[in-house]
Formats: sequence, structure tokens, C-alpha cells
Amino acid sequence: MKGFARLFTTLDQTTRTTVKVAAMAEFFQTAQDADKLWCVALFSGRRPRRVITTTRLREWAAERAGVPLWLFEESYPVVGDLAETIALVLPPPTTETGKPLSHWIGELQRLSKLDEDARKAGILAAWDSLDRTERFLFTKLLTGGFRIGVSQKLMTRALAQATGQDDAALTHKLMGSWTPETTSWSSLIEAHDPRADLSRPYPFYLAYQLEDRDALGPPSDWFIDRKWDGIRAQLVLRGGEHHLWSRGEELMTDRLPELGRLVDFLPPGTVIDGELLAWRDGPLPFNALQKRIGRKSVPKKLLAEVPVVLMAYDLLEQDGRDIREKPLTDRRAQLETLVADLPPEVPLRLSPEVTGDSWNALARIRAASRDHNAEGLMLKRRSSPYLAGRKKGDWWKWKVDPLTVDAVMIYAQAGHGRRANLFTDFTFAVRDGDGFTPFTKAYSGLTDAEFREITRWVRKNTLQRFGPVRQVPPELVFEIAFEGIQESPRHKSGIALRFPRMARWRHDKPLAEINTLSDLHEMLAQYG
Amino acid sequence: MSGVLTFTEAGIYCPAGDFWIDPWRPVPRALITHGHADHARAGMGRYMATEAAAPVIRHRLGGSIALQTTTYGAQTRIGDATVSFHPAGHVPGSAQIRVETGGEVWVVSGDYKTVDDGLSEPFEPVACHSFITECTFGLPVFNWTPQEVLADQINSWWRDNAAAGRFSLLGAYSLGKAQRLLRLVDPEIAPILTHGAIENTNAVLRSQGIALPHTELVTPEIDLTSRTGALVLAPPSALGSAWARRFKPQSSGFASGWMALRGVRRRRAADRGFIVSDHADWTGLNDAIRATGADRVFVTHGYTGPFRRWLADQGYDAHVVSTEYDGESLDGGEDE
Ligand SMILES: [Zn+2]
Ligand SMILES: [Zn+2]
Repeated sequence: MKGFARLFTTLDQTTRTTVKVAAMAEFFQTAQDADKLWCVALFSGRRPRRVITTTRLREWAAERAGVPLWLFEESYPVVGDLAETIALVLPPPTTETGKPLSHWIGELQRLSKLDEDARKAGILAAWDSLDRTERFLFTKLLTGGFRIGVSQKLMTRALAQATGQDDAALTHKLMGSWTPETTSWSSLIEAHDPRADLSRPYPFYLAYQLEDRDALGPPSDWFIDRKWDGIRAQLVLRGGEHHLWSRGEELMTDRLPELGRLVDFLPPGTVIDGELLAWRDGPLPFNALQKRIGRKSVPKKLLAEVPVVLMAYDLLEQDGRDIREKPLTDRRAQLETLVADLPPEVPLRLSPEVTGDSWNALARIRAASRDHNAEGLMLKRRSSPYLAGRKKGDWWKWKVDPLTVDAVMIYAQAGHGRRANLFTDFTFAVRDGDGFTPFTKAYSGLTDAEFREITRWVRKNTLQRFGPVRQVPPELVFEIAFEGIQESPRHKSGIALRFPRMARWRHDKPLAEINTLSDLHEMLAQYG
Repeated sequence: MSGVLTFTEAGIYCPAGDFWIDPWRPVPRALITHGHADHARAGMGRYMATEAAAPVIRHRLGGSIALQTTTYGAQTRIGDATVSFHPAGHVPGSAQIRVETGGEVWVVSGDYKTVDDGLSEPFEPVACHSFITECTFGLPVFNWTPQEVLADQINSWWRDNAAAGRFSLLGAYSLGKAQRLLRLVDPEIAPILTHGAIENTNAVLRSQGIALPHTELVTPEIDLTSRTGALVLAPPSALGSAWARRFKPQSSGFASGWMALRGVRRRRAADRGFIVSDHADWTGLNDAIRATGADRVFVTHGYTGPFRRWLADQGYDAHVVSTEYDGESLDGGEDE
């Protein structure tokens, strides 16, 4: 674990990409195969399953540290991370064993099969033989929450450096549903495995938010369609099987059984990039889709109530050939031919091209995106290949401006982790008759300097404390921006927002002029 | 509650002696534990502090203040109270203030730490009935790196940077932390440069006989090409500023107790975080409180709620007192 802990520390303590890549490349050149494989797995989000409930871990850590559980619980929100809290409260280790990462993951899996007493003994012994960083990492793995601030792209670059293989080839090898239990370093990284190729998706091409409209040139250079408000997905049809991948590389095949029908209508060796949408004579709002995606298996009734289609954006593979290098115009033409003669009950649609002879005309179309349950427009250079990852230049998302309301802060709570010493989590209210009704929380969008100023204000103006929450007088007015609004019987206001954040601190706005609950309900009627 | 000391709008007050300790509003007479800005404020009628704390207090509040000095352990009669100052181990000259009236003893800790930092007069426990203690880091997750490990970490970071031709820019409070670090680092590695705020405090401390390694003030004219690999000490607020950007290439570090938390380390966006504080850690707080033998404990700035409850669990008559002290802020508040 020492080598992996050292790698983690280096990655954690630098902001420099070159240093991160060099540290990972060194690890991939020096560690044993099992450790390298686990490292790749962990850095690409393939975490071992959680072994133990966090309740037990908290109890054991508090007991071991000689502090009451409530005090441990008070410390946790300050640290912001359970594994770190545990690593920090435990007394220093009494032995050091120097076992590698793969040993500790094996230990984790061994513990998962034991009864609780044996498990506790095993975990306490592990904590007692690991230093603070190793202990943090081990506990992260125990709780199944291991995440690290390194993108898969960066890890792949390091892997390319260490193995001498091509970046793109490695990216492709790392996709799919492998785990360290089902493969080995040599078969995943070094060998070519034709069976794994059946399900393997291509890396998604992701767009940046449009920066400069004037730099785009004439609209005719661009293929434009809507940015649908669903879930980006890739459908892979090969060898009579179908696989459906989310952008987060999650396999969603079983959750959307209706897409299995496409095997009968499209030729094998077809890969389509598109957007999953709940659909009934047109796209349904995003929260309808959420009902479907939230569950592993789909009851018949729900399947009938909320049917899903794939709105096709692009064709990446045709007749088993990777056509990503071809210009978008060609790929699109082939996609259109493929989709042209499908009967209407087949759950595949072609994302229609949006045309306008000037950017101003297009801006008007974009402004009406919400009427189509879309988030804006996608601009794709007609000559562009399908690239891997987030790249600037050829693809842009041109999102519609967020919805906004002016609201007043009524509760404040300290942030977690990196903002533990500042009040950053606020509850906002709108006017409702003579009083105020809370309708959303938000905790991002301001600068650290603004958070510091608000923190000082909150300390001086606390009316009442409820645990970590402080009630403050309704004085500070903020503009809250959000992407969508939906009905929510669980909330007193009757509404819930999507992606709310603080757009601005409105020093200039008097309390009397903030929005009202009926304004929110009007927005719900219009956009919900 | 019979009070040698009481808690007022202006600060901690002694009715028997008619004086305040570290008040935050103007009062006729103030006893000051140490020179940090949240404890030593302008506008008091008269001041009293240790001899060792006096130069910094004069430097910060102006030479014209009416300042009476005393030595550690010496007893002074003020009205019906007897007061004495005792080392708090926080920064040079810092004190706990002991107040006795009619056989009842209360101690105000000010800011303190129990480990010897090699710079400040080491902390001495003072027996008392009631102890007013800070608890900036009063949670069991705060446990400091031993001083020799810390010295190793900083020196090897600096040495690696110097070998790679990089400046090592280290953020630390200008009173106390900066000089503690100066005595910890190996001056053989490369030159040591300082920001004006730190060099001013260095000059004050040197003139009162505190030995510090040679440092050089960063001026607009300074030739940096002949000083690559230097350690540059600056207050936290200067990190990331235009002033700091002139040191190229650089690695940045930040020295604070908050660096114990990974989240805070990452937010600072410094390349390295060194866990070092002039406040007591969890063990230090508990040891210090136990050593006073006090039955009654008042907790001020920090995690007062949980720390009070923890003390009550241990059998103390424990209370929270709200004050306007800042503790160890991440943005240099203690210092500015
Ligand atoms: Zn202080
Ligand atoms: Zn203080």
C-alpha cells in the first residue's frame, strides 16, 4: 500500500498535470501487475463493492479512538469525508506490514465473507498497521466511495507513457464492463481480446459551452440540432447483441429493455450516439425519464407509462467499421439512411436538424428551447470528425439562459471539507403573502470572498441555531439561477428546482422586490 | 455564578480590579495576552502585557499607547485583584493571565499550545479553579505533526525545489508562525527571502534578542535570478497575489493547522500543505485543561459546542462563552 499511498499523496498535493502524469507513469512502470490493474480500475471508477455499513465503521473508529460516537459525528461534517475522519481520529499505528494495494483489496474481499465480530477484528487490525494516508485509502475502499481527482484521460495518458501504446487505443481498451476480477493486466492492457470488443463503446465526444459566437463563421458551416434534455447514451449493436452505455460508462442495457428491439431492425456492427428521452408523441420532461433510470429492473406498468426512445445524434460505426474519422456530413447522411425506413413503433428517432439563415434567427430558435423540452442547441462543424472526450473548436453546446428568481436567504449552514470554515449552504425563500416560504437550497456560484463576507454576517446575525443550521433575518437577496422547475408535493413550496445555484448577490435589490410564490407557480405552469 | 471574571459586551471583565482581558471594544484598562490583532486591539485607555509581548504590541498599535509591562510570574495588585502573566507557548511573549480575588483563582488562556515550538516561551500549566480556554481545534480529528517530522517535510520540499531551480513560496502568519518556521528550516539550503509584513515583525523580534537566521526583504529592485531556489516567506494573503507571481518557477506551500484537512488543503490550491499551528491540538487542549486542576471551564473561539459537551462528559462544569476572537483563520485574520 506504501507505493499506492505515495502515488495518491503526489497526485493529491499537486495541481500540475505533468507531475500527476509522471507519478502515475512511474507507478505503472514499477508496481506489480495486480496493483497496476487495481490502480487502473480505481482511477476509472471501478470500485470494489462496499464491505460494511458505515454505521459500524463509525462506531468502531470512535471506540478505538476513545471518543464518544456523538463527538465523532460532530467531527465528520467538519472534515467532510468519513474515511478521512476515521483516519484522523485513530491513534497512530502500532505495527507496519508493508503489504501492497492488491493485498488490502484481497483482505477487503475476505472480510466481506466473515461474520461481524471477525470483520471488526480484521478492520481494527488493518487500521492498526497502516499509516494515516494508507488508512484513509483502505477505509475509502471499505466504504465503496473511492474517488480521486484524476480524470481517466490523464490516467490514460500516463498509461500510454508507461506502456508505449497509443492513447486512443488504450482509452478503448479501458471502456466496457471489465473489473480486476474478470481480467488481468496482460489481457486488459497488453493483449488483444476479441470477445471484449463486442460490447466496447467509443469514448464520447463532449462539447464545451459556446464562448464566442462571432468566431463561428457562417451558420452554413454548422450542423445544428437540439440539445435534448435526457441522458446521453451510446447504443452498441454487434454480433446479435446490444449494449447501451451512459456517458459515465455505465451499462444501462437492462434498464431499457425496449431498446433491445433495435437488434431486429438495424444491422450488426452499428454504433449510435444519442440521447435517451422519455417519449409520448414527443419528449416528456426529464423527471419522467428519471423514474425509469432510477431503478435496476422495470415493472411492466412503468414500461408502458413511460416509454423511452433513443434520439440519434451521430453514427460512429457502420457495418463493423469505425467511421469516426469521416466528416459529420457523411456520418449524418449514413445515419439518415439507416433510420429512414424504420416503422414508427421502433424506439429510435433522428434528432432533427435545426436551420436558420443567421445566428440571430438561430438565437431565437434557441430561446424557445424549453418549449421543446430541450436545453438549447448543439453546434457541430459539418466537416468535423467524432473526437474523444471534451475538445474545443468543432462542437459547441449553446445552452438556453437559465431561469432565475430573486430570493432571500433565511438559513445558513457551514460547508463541508474544503469550505468547513465558511457558511456556504443556504436556504432561500420567496415572498408569500406577509411571510416567506423556503423553496430551494443552493451552495455554489459565489466567490470565496463573498462567502467570507456572508460568513461574517451570519455570525453576527444568527437568530437561532438548529444543530449546524443557523436561522438569519431575511435580509440578503440573491439571484438564484436554475435549469428547470418541477412539481414536488414533498416540499412546502410545492416545487423543486434543477441545478439551483446563486447567480449573483443582489446588493442592489430591496427585499420588497423579490419574487413571490405565485411567480414560481407561474414558472411551473410554463416550464414544468 | 460567583465571578472573579464576568463576560460583558466589551469582553472578559474583572469587577474586583475594574479591568478587561483582550477586550474587543474600547475600555479604560486592558490586559493583553498577546499581540495578534484579534486579542490586542486599538483604542484602549491603558494596556498591560508581558515585556516580551510589548515590542510587537507597540509596533502594531503605535508607540504612543500607555503600556505597562510585567514579567512572567510577577504578581501585580490591581484594585482588589492580584494578576500575573504565565507563558502560553503561542507566540513570543504570549501569556495566560491569572486573576485571583479572595482566594479564588481564574485563568484566561488567551491562545496557547502545549508543544515547545523552539521559539516561544514554553507553555506552563497554571493551577486554578476556573479556566477560560480557547478551543480553535477542539475536535479529535486535529492532531499535529511532531515538530521534527514537520521540519523534515518542509526542508525536503524546499531542498527538492531548490535542486529543480524553483522558488519555495511558503505562506505563514507574520507574527509567530513565520519565525517558528524560520528557526525550523535549514538555512544552508538556499537564501531566505521575506515579504514586508514578515520582515517588519522579524526586525521587532530580533531587536528584543530573538535569534533568527539571515533573511532578506523582497524589494522591487531585488535580483531574483541570483536567488533561484530561495525560500520565500509571505503572509497567507500574499499567496496567489501579483506580488507572489514574480517568483518563477515556484512551488507554493501553506502552513496551518487547517492543513490537517484534505478538503482545506485542496481549496487553498497550494502545492503543499504543512500541518502546523500555534494553537493546541486535541491532545494539547485536553492535557492543558487537566493540568490546571480546574473544576469549571469556559470555552471560547473554536468548536465550542462539541468541546463543551465533551468536557461536561468528563465531569467538568463546562460553559460556552461567545467572544470576538478569530482563532486561526485561513485568510490571515489572526494577523491582519
Ligand atoms: Zn493568537
Ligand atoms: Zn485567538
